[in-house]
Amino acid sequence: MEGVLAQTLASGLLIGFVYALVAVGLTMIFGVMDIVNFAHGEYLMISMYFSYWFFILFGMDPLYSLPAITLIMFGIGIITYYIAIRPIINAPMLSQIFVTFGLLIFLRGVAQFLWKVDYRMIPETLASGNINLAGIYIGRPQLVAAVGAILCYGVILWFLKNTKTGMALEAVAEDKEAARLMGINSNRMFALSWGIGIATVGIAGVLLSTFFYVFPEVGGAFCLIAFVVVALGGFGSVVGAFLAGIIVGLVEVVSGYLIDPSFKFMFVLALYLAVVFIRPQGLMGK
Amino acid sequence: MNEILVIDNVTKRFGGLIANSNISFAVERGKIIGLIGPNGAGKTTLFNCISCYYSADGGKILYEGKDITRETPDGICRMGIGQTFQIVRIFREMTVLENIMIGAFLRNPGRKKAEEKASEVAALFGFSEKLDLKASSLTISEQKRLEVARAMATGPKVLLLDEMMAGLNIHEIREAIDLVLKLRESGITLILVEHVMEGVMPIADKVVVLDDGEKIAEGTPDEVVYNDRVIQAYFGDKYHAKRRKNTA
Repeated sequence: MEGVLAQTLASGLLIGFVYALVAVGLTMIFGVMDIVNFAHGEYLMISMYFSYWFFILFGMDPLYSLPAITLIMFGIGIITYYIAIRPIINAPMLSQIFVTFGLLIFLRGVAQFLWKVDYRMIPETLASGNINLAGIYIGRPQLVAAVGAILCYGVILWFLKNTKTGMALEAVAEDKEAARLMGINSNRMFALSWGIGIATVGIAGVLLSTFFYVFPEVGGAFCLIAFVVVALGGFGSVVGAFLAGIIVGLVEVVSGYLIDPSFKFMFVLALYLAVVFIRPQGLMGK
Repeated sequence: MNEILVIDNVTKRFGGLIANSNISFAVERGKIIGLIGPNGAGKTTLFNCISCYYSADGGKILYEGKDITRETPDGICRMGIGQTFQIVRIFREMTVLENIMIGAFLRNPGRKKAEEKASEVAALFGFSEKLDLKASSLTISEQKRLEVARAMATGPKVLLLDEMMAGLNIHEIREAIDLVLKLRESGITLILVEHVMEGVMPIADKVVVLDDGEKIAEGTPDEVVYNDRVIQAYFGDKYHAKRRKNTA
């Protein structure tokens, strides 16, 4: 009994780190420019396909293709910003929702058209296998993903707190006009937040592809969870997203274990409702 | 070239309303210029044209000989024109040091150098003891001072201060005046937009008076206070007539 619970907690913790990484990009884009990217999960899907095709076509293991895919996703984020987002920066919120939601439908449609609706899986990666940690069996892909997520998160946090560009991003997030008076080009910062936001969800996608099916709708479930994570952590808060990701991961597996796995998302969403009622600004929100 | 900033025939319209009409004056290097006038005179509009929040509909603004009329606020900041807001807008969630660092990064890209520069500026503005306080915990007058410090950290040659003394008590106005004088000593050119005449008159080298969108006077504070049109603009026709009768 205790062993099973420990096992459950461990897997909840591991997936929680990945949820956190998916959510960090979402919260960052929102924090810097107040736009909710409904298509965030679709970028996760795209990077998972990249990882899959790099493996199938070039025989590259996801852990090797990770740096290249991160760069590609960064570029895709910047391009998305200049094509789709920049024209609607000052548009009413409803228009912004339609654009990013339209992007979701579009990207999903493209994926279905190009790669059909089949579930695909990378058969064997460098990360495959299990390890026994003091009686708890942990999947190596999950462990690698969690460690990767923590590293990536750490780099982002260091970047935001210690570099000129990172602090400029934070300044724009807090007050765009005041940041302009400090000589900061907010347009460039907006583009950068899309680049970094999409690159981080890209990293999460590659890490996920080592143990998760790749299919056109895969982004949906993760994006929904990412929204819960962002709302729980506080919109725009990078630290909050990290804590909330872990909490959501734990709630999901523990409720699945104690009640029924098919109800696990119900509890995650119940948690979301509870946050909205009790503390609408989230754990670390302002 | 002694004129660092030239306002040349600037006109700004909002629909049918002419907020600034053919305003011209020059700003000499290292001086304090006061831009004053009654409410609705067009001071803030002109300030916003100079600070590139608006682009003027007619005329030109030259900074060190370069036309900056169509520049952006971040663009002129990089060129060396710092500014503050009328209503305080500091980075509330950051510490005092971080606020100043954001400014210092502009000309000191590395974190260590930016931090050194920021500490230096903080000391100049009396924030050495408060570096790690959250900016939102400062008093209003401290927040205004922080905004000036932050702008100074960007290394400007010209500093535009919008209603810096509004809402301050007499003691705080005196502090603000000392601060402005200290900045001039360090070679900065200052443009102060003020509604409060008492704040500007004792320190300005030159005063430009606006009324109803037009420049009605320009000169030293002493010249300007005895100018008929200025008195009329500030105190109205009735007072103006009475004063004429008394002096006659």
